[in-house]
Order: sequence, then structure tokens, then C-alpha cells
Amino acid sequence: MNFIKHRYISFIISGLLVAVSVFSLIRFGLIPSLDFAGGSLLEIKIDDSDISTQRLWEVVEKIDVSISQIQETGSGTFLIRIEGGKEKGDLILSGLQEKYQKVEKLRFETVGPTFGQELLKKALTALAVAILFILFFVAWRFHDKKFGICAILAMLHDNLILAGSFSLLGHFSGVQVDSLFITAALTTLSASVHDTVVTFDYIRKQTGDFSSQKNIEAVANKAISDTIVRNINNSMTIIFMLVAVLLLGGETIRWFAAALLIGTILGTYSSTFLAVPFLVVAEKMGRKK
Amino acid sequence: MKNPKNLFIFIVVLSLFCLYLNLPSIIPHPTISFLGISIPTKFPLSYGLDLAGGSHLVFKADTQSLSNKEREKVIEGLRENIQRRVDMYGLSEALVQASKSGEDLRLIVELPGVKDVDEAITLIGQTAVLDFRQQKEATDAAAGFLSTDLTGADLQSAGINFDPDTNQPVITLDFTSEGGKKFARLTEENIGKILAIFLDEIPLSFPKVEEPIKEGKAIIRGDFTLEGAKKMAAQLNAGALPVAVNLIEQRTVEATLGQETVRRSFQAGLVGLFCVMLFMVAYYGKLGFFANLSLIIYGLISFTLYRLIPITLTLPGIAGFILSVGMAVDANILIFERMREELRLGKERSVAQELAFGRAWDSIRDANICTIITAFVLFNPFEWSFFPMAGMVRGFALTLGLGVMISLFTGIVVTRTLIRVLAGKNKQNFHS
Repeated sequence: MNFIKHRYISFIISGLLVAVSVFSLIRFGLIPSLDFAGGSLLEIKIDDSDISTQRLWEVVEKIDVSISQIQETGSGTFLIRIEGGKEKGDLILSGLQEKYQKVEKLRFETVGPTFGQELLKKALTALAVAILFILFFVAWRFHDKKFGICAILAMLHDNLILAGSFSLLGHFSGVQVDSLFITAALTTLSASVHDTVVTFDYIRKQTGDFSSQKNIEAVANKAISDTIVRNINNSMTIIFMLVAVLLLGGETIRWFAAALLIGTILGTYSSTFLAVPFLVVAEKMGRKK
Repeated sequence: MKNPKNLFIFIVVLSLFCLYLNLPSIIPHPTISFLGISIPTKFPLSYGLDLAGGSHLVFKADTQSLSNKEREKVIEGLRENIQRRVDMYGLSEALVQASKSGEDLRLIVELPGVKDVDEAITLIGQTAVLDFRQQKEATDAAAGFLSTDLTGADLQSAGINFDPDTNQPVITLDFTSEGGKKFARLTEENIGKILAIFLDEIPLSFPKVEEPIKEGKAIIRGDFTLEGAKKMAAQLNAGALPVAVNLIEQRTVEATLGQETVRRSFQAGLVGLFCVMLFMVAYYGKLGFFANLSLIIYGLISFTLYRLIPITLTLPGIAGFILSVGMAVDANILIFERMREELRLGKERSVAQELAFGRAWDSIRDANICTIITAFVLFNPFEWSFFPMAGMVRGFALTLGLGVMISLFTGIVVTRTLIRVLAGKNKQNFHS
């Protein structure tokens, strides 16, 4: 199969996905969790036959505290996201205890607003540093900065679409972005580069020096054909593990697993269908000059 | 160990050792005495607060009114004082850490399995109160003490020094000019008696006044170790520079919720593992079987290291492990694909096998270095303040990074040895 010749197909798909992601990020943005925006989170277990999120809303609406979300996390367990600190959380809890006989506090988290801002800054620094490190490492390993740049471009594409998906998930199902999401983004970054490096390595193996090759398209195409099964199979095993966590792991890491899953799929796709074609395009552009 | 047989025996022994350490506690794990050294064989897994239940609290110290120099002193004093409070509260496993973030001074308090968090928060959040007290009855120190007008506010700072005669550490006290006057009067009135120092209503030290001290500088001699003296000086400083602390982050998880999470993630891990193994056998046949064997060894080694190091497992940490299981077979897939390629080129099986293991190494190494770089940034081992230091992120990075390194061993060395030794005997064409 000639993957390089049909590169425009993947360029169009990626272009569309990036456009949707950018649109969603600008239009809807991301919903920051308490890790970044500050606020409180209360998880409770209520032993009552007639309990639902709707019932809970009715009860808490009478309390003078603004609540951003109520989520059912299991049978009789609910997650309530509260704007404000510990006092607000205590108000909600005592309000619920008045209404229901058995209210058990399972989890309570509160983060101050400035603390969250700082974490965001640090997370972005970590992201930038990891990108730079990988850029230099790949460029050095392959003696050509084009390899580094193409790997990073594919990776940025993955992370942009990952952020876009969470923007849409946030808009339509209220999914929030927390520090675990940043972790997932960084892992996506390394998983994406992981596959890209393997594919680039097959290019390096065929040719001592990529730039001196006459038919770069054929070289690139052979590298893709040789690695595509491996790239897909490797992702399959990761996908098995992540789907299991997504379905069985419980509420706390559900969206973390989802972010890793989206990242893994994108990483595999972009290594084969973007990073290598990018390299061919970059090489051709370099030669025209 | 060039001979694959020796390496094979080593791998079998290592696997059995790891298997034994990971067996449930129903199987006896005795402590072995060997040449007078006792070696325990029971290493429990340690779970983080999010799984075992407990509270993670972050306090910010209000240090705006302090100079830079004073701030340095305050850090240790505050930490010591809060540690003392939680210890007294009966929380021996509590961990108190001081951390600086830019201008901010923070205290991180980890309280495992505490029932009443609010009470603990109030207790920790109190501002330190230091005062000097004189004996109620001149002749009997046991009768108790009476407050004086000399308090922490009169103390400039405390430090340690060494007695030139005995070389023993002593504690130095520097009073403010106002405090110096009060101290002079008190020492004059209490010669031969005890002038006790109380911190948060609890006695810290019972020094006896030997002579009147006029110049506002005093030393406390005693049977101090260097460590003990440093600790007391830090506590005195906490009282001299009282700083209010405010709670800025709290994460409390009940133990029941944590146990449920552990159960669910182990279940998820097992289901995922089963699917991966099924896939490997379905796709690679006999080779897949060997990859699965080394995957099991991978799991055993990982959990053995978690027990021995020990690594505190958090929920993201378990997620990191689960992800790394998916990644661990990567090296094998790469090698097997390479092997099929060589076989297609008409090479003999044993040649193809050795070539595949040799040639795949470059790709495997380079690709894994990128994952290790990411894990390094996330784990932030040098505690650089410009990177995130959140425990959750670090737990994930640690198991993921460790997993990648173990998988380099199991994916290459273990799988190759298993294939060389176990599959080498029959001459069948065993690629599926």
C-alpha cells in the first residue's frame, strides 16, 4: 500500500479534527476542576430508598451555597462539586444530614484558588520542558532536526485533539480537566513520540542518511509498512488495559483512563499517518530551496 | 552469564522469589535468621491516603510581616511545632513536610486513617503560644507553674551553640530589649528555682536559673544531643515568631471508599491482562505464550519492587502500572514482527530469532528513553519548584517509569532466554 501517496487523506482527517478542537476550545473552553480553579468536592453515601441526583438538587438548592455539579458515582453514592471552601462543604453536609438519616462522608476535598493557579503554571512548564527535551533527543538521535520537529508536530496534534475532545466532553457531559488530565497529556506526548521514534528508526535503518536518498517516498513508505502492524498491535494491548480501567475502574479514574485512551489512539495514528508524511513534505520543501 | 541455561535458572529463581513475596499472607512469611542477621520475608504493600483512607492537608503560613531572614527560621520551627502537635494527638504515622513555593511557605500534613479531621485541622491551625512560667511554690517544682509576663513576643530568636568546656550543645536565647528587662527581673527573683518554658500550654523545658541575667542573652544547658537541641531551638523559634497558618488544600478519603477503589482497579487490571494475553497468543501463537510468561514475570518483579523499595501505591500509581502492562509487551511485539520479516526473507528460524532480538534493540531503547524523560519530568525527583509536585502525578510517574525499565529487562532478556531454552529443543516452525 502506498501510504505516502495517499497522505492527503490523513491530512484532511487531521485538519478537520484540529479545526473542530480549536473551535471547541475557543467556543466552549475547558472546565477546570478544583485542582486548578479551587473549590470543594464532597462525596457522600446516602442510605435512603428514594434518592437520586434530582432529589439531591432539590435539597441542596435550599442551602445558600452554589453547587456546580452533582454526579451519581455508585449505588447511593454521590459526588457534589461546590464553589467555595471548607465552610461551604460543611454547610452542605449538615443540610443533608438534617434531611436524611444516614449520610456518610466518603471523601472531601478543598483547594484554595491561588493554589490551583500555581499548579496550572507548573503543569504547563512541565509540558514545555518535556517537549523541549524530546525535541532535542530525537533531533540528536537522528542527526537531523527535521525528525525532531516532525515528531513534535505530530505530538502537538495529538495533544490539541485530546484537549479538544475534553472541551467537547466538558460542554456536553460536564467532564472537568484536573491534574490527572495534565498527566494524561504528558503520557500521550511520550506515547506518541514512542511510536514515532520506532517508525523513524526503520527509516534510519534503511538509509544511513535520509536526506541523501533519491526516492524518499519509497523509503518512508517501506518504514510505514514495516511498522504499522507493530504500532497497531502495541496500541491494542494498551487499549485493552485502558478499556478495562474505563469500564471497571470506577468514577475516580474513569476520565483519566479515557484521556489516556484517546491519547494512545491518536499517538498511534499520528506516528504513522502524520509524522512520516510530514518528514517527506519537510524534506521535499528543503530540497526545493 | 553468556550461557542461556544459567540465565534461565537465574530467571526461574528470581521469579520464584518474587512469587513467594507476593503470595497472600495466609502462606507463612517467617523472619529468617542467618548468621545473626534477621531477614524478614514479609513486605506488605503500602497504600497512599487515597486508597488506605486519610487526610492530606496543605497549610499556608502567613509570613507577610516577616523579613527573609526570619522566614528561614520560621520554616523549621513551624514544622517541628506542628509535628509535635500531631504526635501528641496520637498520630504517630503522621507526616509533616515544609515546602517553599516562591515566596510562599507551606506545610503539608498527611494524616492516615484519622477519624475526626476537623478537630485535627483546628489543632494544627492554632498559632503557637510560648510563655515562661515560674514555680507556684518556691520549694516545690511539682506543685505547678504560674504564668509570667514574659512570652514568645519577648523572645527575639533561639539558636544552638557549643559549651566550650564540655563541648555539649546548648540552646541560646536572645531576648528583645523589652524582654531582656523582664527576663532580668524574673531571673533575679527566681535564683535556684525553675523558670519553665511552655509551648501551647505544654511544657517544653524546665531550666533552672543559676544567676541573674541582665544582658538579655541566656543559654540553656542540659543533656542535649545535637538533634534534640536543634529541635528545641526550632520549637522556641516557632513560639518567638508566631505565624498563623491557613488551610489551602484538603483531601480526605474514607477507608471504605479507598478499599472499594483498590478492589475495582485490581479487577480492571486482571481483566485487561487477560485480554492482552489472549491477544498475544491468538496473534503470535507460541511466541505469544513466551511473551505472556515474561509479562507475568514482569508483574511479579514490579510488585516485589513496590514491596521492597517500598513504593506507596496511589490510585494514579495503579493506573500507571496498568498502563505499563500494556506497554510491557511492546518490546516483544516489535521483536516478533522483526522476526517474521526475517523469516519472510527466507532466513532460518534460529538466525531470524537472534537477528530480531539484536536489531530491535535500537528502536526499543530510543523509544523508551522518551517515556523515561516524561516520567522523570512528572516525578520531579529533585523537587524543582517549577514542576508539579502533586503526589498523585508523582505516583503515576513512578510506577510508569519503573515499569518501563523493568519491561526492558523482561521484554528482552527474559523473553529471549525463555525462547532460547524452552523452544530451542523442537525444530518445528513455530511462528504462527
